[in-house]
Amino acid sequence: MDHQKIVTHHGNSLKTRFALRFIRSLTQIKTAAPTVSSMGTLRKRSSIIKLAADASMASAVGPKRSWSRAVLFKIRNRARIHALARQQKESNKKKEKEKNCKKDVVLGEEMEKELFGANELRRVVPGGESMDLFRLLDETAHYMKCLNTQVEVMQSIVDLYSPKT
Amino acid sequence: MSTRRSRSRQSGGGSSSRITEDQINDLVIKLQQLLPELRHRSSDKMSAARVLQDTCNYIRSLHREVDDLSERLSELLSTTEISSSQAALIRNLLLQ
Repeated sequence: MDHQKIVTHHGNSLKTRFALRFIRSLTQIKTAAPTVSSMGTLRKRSSIIKLAADASMASAVGPKRSWSRAVLFKIRNRARIHALARQQKESNKKKEKEKNCKKDVVLGEEMEKELFGANELRRVVPGGESMDLFRLLDETAHYMKCLNTQVEVMQSIVDLYSPKT
Repeated sequence: MSTRRSRSRQSGGGSSSRITEDQINDLVIKLQQLLPELRHRSSDKMSAARVLQDTCNYIRSLHREVDDLSERLSELLSTTEISSSQAALIRNLLLQ
């Protein structure tokens, strides 16, 4: 009864929506393979848990953000994307080289640095490759807040489960 | 998608664009306020390039934390029992 009340009271916060989804996934992961013996399967399970954490956060955010759409798309199509990425890696390298040569001529040092920072951001923010600068910065701010929440919730679950000393 | 990308290059290069420099600056300041190390610094001396770089580093460190926590959870899952009643308990504790 009491717990039901708390859930509905906080039902709209992102933290709650993430926590509920993530705990549900953890329960499913545990049910699917109750005991894990080897190091290999332990590692495989960590990556499944990470995927579950990312998917839970992205689905808690919903489709209104580009980065959450990109995360969900990547997770759903990860096998296909993996194969495609390997094919495109070579041709992209060539293109990148050509691009960099052109940029050096046109831009000043400060602008160059700024663009470099933005390009690095494009690599760490999901879906960032196809965003304009304004969208990229806006999505980055939101993504950072969500990552913080993700870490916070995961940390509290770890703390709860860790043997008390 | 491709038109958007080319527009972003134009705005980055300083040519005319619908997005003003002020709007970009506001967002850079917003990012800076989200960075634990830079939050309390005065905003005037921080270059946009520096904020973007530190933002990248911070996001990477958060990614590493998520990796580590996933590993910890993977270990803990094999030694602890997580039943639906326990999940409810965790929910309660988290949502307080």
